Amino acid sequence: LFVWRLKGAGTQHIPCHFVHLCRAANDRLITFQYFNFLKRMYVTQYNKDLSQRAKPRSDPVVSPFHELQQLDQEKKVIHKISPVSPVHQPWPETSGRNELREVKPPAESEASGTAARAEPREDRQWKEMKLRLDELPGILARLSKIKLTALVVSTASAGFAMAPVPFDLPCFLLASLGTGLASCAANSINQFFEVPFDSNMNRTKNRPLVRGQISPLLAVCFAASCGVPGIALLTLGVNPLTGALGAFNIFLYTCCYTPMKRMSIANTWVGAVVGAIPPVMGWTAATGSLDAGALLLGGILYSWQFPHFNALSWGLREDYSRGGYCMMSVTHPGLCRRVALRHCLALIGLSVVAPVLDVTTWTFPVISLPINLYISYLGFRFYRDADRSSSRKLFFCSLWHLPMLLLVMFTCKKSVLDKEDKGDLLGKGESHGRAVEIRLP
Amino acid sequence: PPVHSHNDWIGPPDKHSNLRPIIFYVPPEESPLERRLREARQEAQACNQRFWARHNCAFRQEKEDFIYSRLKAKGLEMRDETGQKATLNAEEMADFYKDFLSKNFKKHMQYNRDWYKRNFTITFLMGQVALARALRWLRWKKKNVEH
Repeated sequence: LFVWRLKGAGTQHIPCHFVHLCRAANDRLITFQYFNFLKRMYVTQYNKDLSQRAKPRSDPVVSPFHELQQLDQEKKVIHKISPVSPVHQPWPETSGRNELREVKPPAESEASGTAARAEPREDRQWKEMKLRLDELPGILARLSKIKLTALVVSTASAGFAMAPVPFDLPCFLLASLGTGLASCAANSINQFFEVPFDSNMNRTKNRPLVRGQISPLLAVCFAASCGVPGIALLTLGVNPLTGALGAFNIFLYTCCYTPMKRMSIANTWVGAVVGAIPPVMGWTAATGSLDAGALLLGGILYSWQFPHFNALSWGLREDYSRGGYCMMSVTHPGLCRRVALRHCLALIGLSVVAPVLDVTTWTFPVISLPINLYISYLGFRFYRDADRSSSRKLFFCSLWHLPMLLLVMFTCKKSVLDKEDKGDLLGKGESHGRAVEIRLP
Repeated sequence: PPVHSHNDWIGPPDKHSNLRPIIFYVPPEESPLERRLREARQEAQACNQRFWARHNCAFRQEKEDFIYSRLKAKGLEMRDETGQKATLNAEEMADFYKDFLSKNFKKHMQYNRDWYKRNFTITFLMGQVALARALRWLRWKKKNVEH
């Protein structure tokens, strides 16, 4: 009931926007990686795959809506479905579990169903719990919520790109890689903690640990082998501040947000912080210090989380209630909608603060006003109507709103040269002279 | 699962608990450590199964009762003219969800603590078993090389 399908029609307008804006950004040096950033966003959204809140770093982002995801990934599953003999071995531990026997279908009749069948079929079969190496990449990708990780890395790249320093490619790559690894680690630990809960929620019941495709031990080892190098890379290859932020974010996500989801509605705010940290990390990776601009970017992402997540959680109330998750949408619905609206409006405010802090020019609040107003309008509709359609509209809007906002921000970025010129007039003459010298052969 | 298999087998989700049952393979020369691991996993599985089956059934039952009482209050029947089961819309169900969550809060807290403890223990045991197996394999390798 509450599974939302990202209909193709709903996302068709997204590529057009991106292409249009990309043309505008063509004169920028580092457009190409921004294009990748956009492509990733586009691809992520286009894969009917929306991650939910359980974002490792940026908290409420895209959660996989698995009902369509399986069809892609399941066709590669090799089943060693040996014919199940009707005479069961008297396994001592299962003698008491007779009620489960009827759930097990005769494998022979089902094996005739082709592998191309939709996953529900395959889902009903007994599978050997053996790790198959050819499936491992897919399993690890799902374990680390790779699409979500990609989005997180994108926001970190945005933070890096917005920093008022000349672009440093090696640093950028190291920061992105480190962030990605840390995000994989955090996601894996999250899934490790939540196995029985994930089994009970429609959205998450096809995760690798739930399906027994990988053992918990392996999940933890994978998390460690991603997290440790990731943080080390950030600390040693970029700077200690970024590494510390990364480690702190992993901690916040796995040890604070994940348990808190079942204890108090305050988890949403913690999760928003988790989501806000990656762009801050990107900024500190570039500049090495925590400036106001970093906090502003973090603030923008923090505010964005609320309309995004609150709208999403509105449709999942039944699963949350049954699963024992303490979410605002279940316990304090009025608060849920108020907070979403409040933060939509906060986004407008933050967009105005950007030029004040010299992060962008004054064109940014002007250009971003339409999209900010639109999401605020949808936030208001959600607040007033409190129904499924308004929550869905708000959620889908938030999906394209963020990349657009970041892109516009980037195109309005205050260039480094401008700032130097604004400094002192003496310096201006010198730099001008220098510039002339460079041009001469 | 077939007799000759040396692995655990995992099945489809249970109707009530939504958890996937695992049939554990008992190797002939199972070490005490391995037995401890297997028993811990079995116990956790049984415990989880009990909890979720009961919890989900309670949810379903209470949901039915709620719908019934609400419909009665509105003067409607459980099934309308076409014979379809009457349901309440999401907004009306919201009260029930909120209620259910707060009622079961303590239960969930207890279960959470329990589950985290078990999860860590099992994973730690898995690590120990893996280490023991690796050492055994290395020793066996060394013996083979020597001969």
